Amino acid sequence: MNPFSSGTRLRDMIRAIRACKTAAEERAVVRKECAAIRASINEDDQDYRHRNLAKLMFIQILGYPTHFGQMECLKLIASAGFPEKRIGYLGLMLLLDERQEVLMLVTNSLKQDLNHSNQYIVGLALCALGNICSAEMARDLSPEVERLLQFRDPNIRKKAALCSIRIIKKVPDLAENFINCAASLLKEKHHGVLITGVQLCADLCKVSSEALEYFRKKCTEGLVRTLRDIVNSPYSPEYDTSGITDPYLHIRLLKLLRILGQGDADASDRMTDILAQVATKTESNKNAGNAILYECVETIMSIEDDGGLRVLAINILGKFLSNRDNNIRYVALNMLMRATTLDAQAVQRHRATILDCVKDSDASIRKRALELLYLLVNENNVKPLIKELIEYLEVSDQEFKGDLTAKICSLVEKFSSEKIWYIDQMLKVLSEAGNFVKDEVWHALIFVISNASDLHGYTVRALYRAFLTSTEQETLVRVAVWCIGEYGDMLVNNVGMLDIEDPITVTECDAVDAVEVAIKRHTSDLTTKAMALIALLKLSSRFPSSSERIKGIIVQNKGNLVLELQQRSIEFNRILQKHQKIRSALVERMPVLDEATFSGRRAGSLPTAISTSSGAPSNLPNGIAKPATAPIPDLLDLSSDDVPAPSSSGGDFPQDLLGVDLSPTLAPSGAGKPPKASTDVLLDLLSIGTYLPVQTGSSAADILSSSQDDKALASLSSLSANATSPVNAAPMMDLLDGHGPGPQKPKENGQAYQSLVAYESSSLRVMFNFSKQPGSPQTTLIQATFTNLSSNVYNDFLFQAAVPKFLQLHLDPASSNTLPASGDGSITQNLKVTNSQHGKLLVMRVRIAYKTNNKDVLEERQINNFPQNL
Amino acid sequence: MGIRFILMVNKQGQTRLAQYYEWLTLEERRALEGEIVRKCLARNEQQCSFVEHRNYKIVYRRYASLFFLVGVDNDENELAILEFIHLLVETMDRHFGNVCELDIMFHLEKAHFMLEEMVMNGCIVETSKAQILTPVQLLEKTS
Repeated sequence: MNPFSSGTRLRDMIRAIRACKTAAEERAVVRKECAAIRASINEDDQDYRHRNLAKLMFIQILGYPTHFGQMECLKLIASAGFPEKRIGYLGLMLLLDERQEVLMLVTNSLKQDLNHSNQYIVGLALCALGNICSAEMARDLSPEVERLLQFRDPNIRKKAALCSIRIIKKVPDLAENFINCAASLLKEKHHGVLITGVQLCADLCKVSSEALEYFRKKCTEGLVRTLRDIVNSPYSPEYDTSGITDPYLHIRLLKLLRILGQGDADASDRMTDILAQVATKTESNKNAGNAILYECVETIMSIEDDGGLRVLAINILGKFLSNRDNNIRYVALNMLMRATTLDAQAVQRHRATILDCVKDSDASIRKRALELLYLLVNENNVKPLIKELIEYLEVSDQEFKGDLTAKICSLVEKFSSEKIWYIDQMLKVLSEAGNFVKDEVWHALIFVISNASDLHGYTVRALYRAFLTSTEQETLVRVAVWCIGEYGDMLVNNVGMLDIEDPITVTECDAVDAVEVAIKRHTSDLTTKAMALIALLKLSSRFPSSSERIKGIIVQNKGNLVLELQQRSIEFNRILQKHQKIRSALVERMPVLDEATFSGRRAGSLPTAISTSSGAPSNLPNGIAKPATAPIPDLLDLSSDDVPAPSSSGGDFPQDLLGVDLSPTLAPSGAGKPPKASTDVLLDLLSIGTYLPVQTGSSAADILSSSQDDKALASLSSLSANATSPVNAAPMMDLLDGHGPGPQKPKENGQAYQSLVAYESSSLRVMFNFSKQPGSPQTTLIQATFTNLSSNVYNDFLFQAAVPKFLQLHLDPASSNTLPASGDGSITQNLKVTNSQHGKLLVMRVRIAYKTNNKDVLEERQINNFPQNL
Repeated sequence: MGIRFILMVNKQGQTRLAQYYEWLTLEERRALEGEIVRKCLARNEQQCSFVEHRNYKIVYRRYASLFFLVGVDNDENELAILEFIHLLVETMDRHFGNVCELDIMFHLEKAHFMLEEMVMNGCIVETSKAQILTPVQLLEKTS
């Protein structure tokens, strides 16, 4: 006999597995055991079934597939003895889930067991049902569960209560049946039933608002009384936890009171006494007590209330905050975030403690403290806070730096009162953690710099100094290079010195050196190099004496493998060689950007910006960088944001592009990655400086339509057009063609899907147009359009549809029931389909009946080709 | 809702007991367990017992060589879950008598029975040790 036959007891198998030294050995042992189990299943061996199942459970925990054991579970459940049933149900809950078809077979056994005389078996069945029932099973078995809610044995009642929770979650329509029973459960004495009853009520309130009303009116008093009883009850050995009777029940009751009291002043009034009592009487030296206090504070924060209780709550939080136990502090920080919205003054008092928490060694506490601090900042305390945060930035560790940088940047932007302070702080942040700074942040910085005309000199000098010290921060290099290019003459001539500055002498050579360093660094990426090239062009106009040297640097890039750099260097070289006259006009100082359009454009494109990974700026343009595994609605949303962004900045943008024949250049010049800067409006302007008041996009257009037929300019314009059409040439194409290809671009709300020709024959066509409401992804609105393709008129047109059980269908009346011939008109009818198993493909069977030429026609068809993402 | 999963993991990262209240495939489970265990095992005594992971929180506590991890929704009371973990350990202690990791391994089904009496579908059902252990002891007597 095979030594590994199913005679092996569970513990022997476990010993064998533990004795394995390598993973391969373990796999071999497991495989042998599985083979033995499978053989035993095939022989239909009665005695060792439960042993096999126990082994299967252990194997499953190790991570091996065990689906061949599922039928065994069913057989065990169907057997008569209690131990077998027990193991069968356990296996059922562990090895199966609600999506398996096998589950349907259990429904009958469950029904029988729910009516069994042995209450433990009934309990088992309820347990299994409560853990994994699916919607159909819920529907079938809910009458049994309702009956059991009133059973005499409290154990059964409590399990039935939890089972009901699952049922109403799966099938919210059945909620009304449970309201009355749930209310009666609240009057129980047995703690187990009370806990589950309270939970059932809480879930009922979440699911149905009429339940909420009902409970609010009838049960608030009762609940308050129960809570008072528990708080005042004497020592009870059964439920005692470190001196407090049944803290779980406390907490559940407080949660339910919170749900009932939220938004309702009346109910909140009745609760104030008991909340005050709990808050003051509970001891807080044990964890259980603290847990209750925490819950109490949460409840106080959520209900409508006057100041008294709130002060109490915030005092408790203050005590928590100074506790040495990390858990308590974490919990306090969590709650304080909520409290800030209600009473910011009180929280401000604890600002210093919170600032210390930001520097704590524990990662969770740091995160929470930072978020809380973010909410606390206002105009008065922003300067010292930012100073502290920036100091901490230098010593913080890498994962935290990203968060911290983002928060600092947004704070600085929100509260910057003077431009010079803003620029200073941003410079510091860039020098410390430039690689973590997001693109829109440094775009905004450049925008502010260009607007602060009196600070140009100061800025460029500060940047120069910073650039000399810390060259490894990519964004700092970019901003510095841009500024040096723009304001190089100010740098060299020390224009516009402010009193606070130290004098610094920078020669033209030094400036060009700096930019050259930026180009030559091997760690510079494409954007930086591209920006550096343009900066060199500008410098050649501003420092005529260095033009030879600059030309030399530019020429070095003529053979660069990256198309963008090659193109730029060749064109700039041409300009330097042949077009001296227009050079200065080309690279005049940048016009000040219009603030409104800039912020509008930013707002439009902000949601699409994905945080670039540190150090490696993603050259993929906004939005399309999301991997294909992202859920489809996100992709559609992102691309929808992309479309309005370019169109908002200038209505004549597409037309102007249309005016020039750009089709060859619009194809994404695939060789190099198109520079990220190409989507940056500012850089486009860098090549065309002369047209002042016009919008960014249309200034490009003006250049295009101007009569400069010079080749350099034409190539420049193609460069800028190329630069302005990012790799998502798709939206460009959309603007040009007027309508989107393939997936329809979504409208403001919800998402549109491809319309479906559901049914087409020689006599009739049925088209479905889909849309979803933004809030409910499970509900699809279908507009069905019927068109008559024959030459006869159809009368008495009737459309019927049937769907499988997991869908719900609602048909609105049709617009008419006469269909004129040859597509002269059409009937529309709206359907609403709710998919309770969202993700499962829709199927529908339709039947169309009409009268034509005095005969009745009936057409039936099943529609399977619904789009996948419904 | 409430509790999403309960795991017992030893110091080497091997799962000793896993009970999930929402469905995840086997690969997802292994990936999840690996990630979480790495995070929790790397923390020391002084640090907080709560870890934020994706869109839910993990509450954990170490008892001798075994880590008890409970994954909960964001709106759940963490301190209460800590209490619950302690209750679970005490219940098992009362049943097995000085429970240790080997007890759980060799009597996995009994540990599951106890857990099922205490938590159903992610909600805490029963918190009295006597009530929890009655059916389990009954089972032992009959078999």
